[in-house]
Amino acid sequence: MSEPRIVPAEKRGKAPVDALIGSNGALSILVVVLGFGFGTLIVLAVGRNPSGMYLALVQTLTGYNATSHVWNPRYVGEWLTASMPLILTGMSMGFAARSGLFNIGAEGQYIIGLTAAQFVALYFPPIAGLHWSLALLAAALAAAFWGGFVGWLRARYAVSEVVATIMLNYIAFFLSRYLTRLIPDANTYRTPAFPETAIIPRSFLDPLTNHSRLSLAIFVVLLCVFLYWLILERTKLGFELRATGLNRNAALYAGIRVERSFTASMAIAGAFAGLAGGIVALGSFSYGRVLGGYDNYGFNGIAVALVGNSRAVGTLVSGLLFGMLASAQPLMQSRQIPKEITWIISGLVVVFVSLRAGFRMLVEWRAKRAAERGQSYAEARDD
Amino acid sequence: MINLFDMIPSILMMVAPILIAALGGLVSERSGVVNIALEGLMGVGAFTAATVHTLLESSTPMSIWIALGAAALAGLAISSIHALASVTFNADQVISGTGINLLATGGTVFLCQIIFHQERTEPYKLGMMPGPGGIYPTAWIALVALVLVWYLLYRRPWGFRLRACGEHPQAAASAGIDVRRTRWIAVLISGALAGLAGASIVVTETIQYTMYTINGAGFIALAAVSFGRWKPKGVAGASLLFGSAVALAIYMVNIKILRDFPPEFFSILPYIITIVTLVAFSGKDYAPAAAGQPYEKGGS
Repeated sequence: MSEPRIVPAEKRGKAPVDALIGSNGALSILVVVLGFGFGTLIVLAVGRNPSGMYLALVQTLTGYNATSHVWNPRYVGEWLTASMPLILTGMSMGFAARSGLFNIGAEGQYIIGLTAAQFVALYFPPIAGLHWSLALLAAALAAAFWGGFVGWLRARYAVSEVVATIMLNYIAFFLSRYLTRLIPDANTYRTPAFPETAIIPRSFLDPLTNHSRLSLAIFVVLLCVFLYWLILERTKLGFELRATGLNRNAALYAGIRVERSFTASMAIAGAFAGLAGGIVALGSFSYGRVLGGYDNYGFNGIAVALVGNSRAVGTLVSGLLFGMLASAQPLMQSRQIPKEITWIISGLVVVFVSLRAGFRMLVEWRAKRAAERGQSYAEARDD
Repeated sequence: MINLFDMIPSILMMVAPILIAALGGLVSERSGVVNIALEGLMGVGAFTAATVHTLLESSTPMSIWIALGAAALAGLAISSIHALASVTFNADQVISGTGINLLATGGTVFLCQIIFHQERTEPYKLGMMPGPGGIYPTAWIALVALVLVWYLLYRRPWGFRLRACGEHPQAAASAGIDVRRTRWIAVLISGALAGLAGASIVVTETIQYTMYTINGAGFIALAAVSFGRWKPKGVAGASLLFGSAVALAIYMVNIKILRDFPPEFFSILPYIITIVTLVAFSGKDYAPAAAGQPYEKGGS
């Protein structure tokens, strides 16, 4: 009888499955693949052809329609347009998460930003260049206060930021409706049109993407991604925030003012989401909206941050991914795939992220089993 | 022109689903699991009830009751995802709750498109009939649920154990209580109640399910749990208050003294009250001590 060949664990190298589950980036990819996999199964289960779903996604990414063989770069422009607010709300969620806070309030912060931008657009003198930039600034500032308030409540009164942000989402929504309807000549769903100077210019992007709604705001978004990285990884404030997120008590003992960190972190998170609201208001619409419901960019931002691991580049990539899903909706519908499949995929991705702990348990279980096998072999040899 | 007294049936119609869902949230949070998926689970219940009732109403007079039962079962089934993630796998409870909320909106409208070829269910012909005094049976269901939850939590040993799991799971475990099992059951109960709550909205307040049917009722229920200080009596009072505010936002145009308020005033009220009371109660620990924390078995 041949003896079983046992290689000591440290010489064995990681099994592929352990390596996959052990790395955050790889885990994100796994989670997204699982989401798409289950989404495909659901489409199959209801008797539709999933190829329609993937052709719609290809058309969104490349502008190429594989059925009619027509290339139209407008789809690419629309994809990037849909991604911009998602990247920003993802960074809103992610920034708070890095300091240990759960910001479900990106939706409300987005609404406050949107409302502030609309007001500046309608009431500020129409000075070219300055008008829309100031409106975006107002959006970021107003939402920074809205978010910072939650951080302050958390720091000062130990109010759970989860409950507070959920409540403030609805407060923001109804407040926005109320304030916007006060504007003269506003009806139940819109205000008068914005002056031309309030709309974010499209400049050279307009001919480049065949008249899509993609505006120069894309550069503001990229700047924000850079700022996100810079603040978190290269400044004292960012270090303090991350330390607070990793271990609140240790941070406190190290002399970090944890309470101030909470307020600062939520204010910056709010600014990102507010900017998203401003960009949607002044980039995709030519008039102020009386909101009839949530735009849901804030809630989808949660998924964006979870998949992006709250890192700058990760959130950028995952925002582009979810933007692709959102932007492909009408194309899917026209290919007989119910467009809600994209929400199902987002939801599945978040559920799988929450099951991550389960993957980790699998790794531990494998390690334990390997150890036991090694041990029983050792025991057998002793006998 | 109507007066406040005449509004009681309408108010109770709005209060019932909020109370039923809030009781679900109460059971779950007292066992130590925060369930922000109430909103999504209500959507699942509302969709299920609307679908079952529309398809069955011409063939059986019991259709509404079958629909309510199916909705509770659907809520229970979907909440098992939350239990699996947050109880078995120790996942962050807010993340799996958020996932279910996203999944519920997408999933229900997706199924509407498949079954009814539109983004809503087919409207049914006849909803639930109000009983004596114009009061819908859902109000009585809510009352029964309230008494049952109180009895279960405060008059049965199992309820005592459940509350122990929410206060100090390690201590509960050392006293021989199976913390994971208890939390699993609590989450499933909250899912069934949330499903029933969603169904109650659909059969009384509207004629079909759309993605706007729930419209925050689940989050109001969540607020009612906090404002009610995690006690059945408090949760009942909070639901009554919040439900009345929601009803007033809708019916205020008919009431002379309220007509001059903006309708948003009443819509916003539950949320503002909740934040203000959370601030006012800060430092006094009404919340279950271990709510939101995964239970990790001590080192062995």
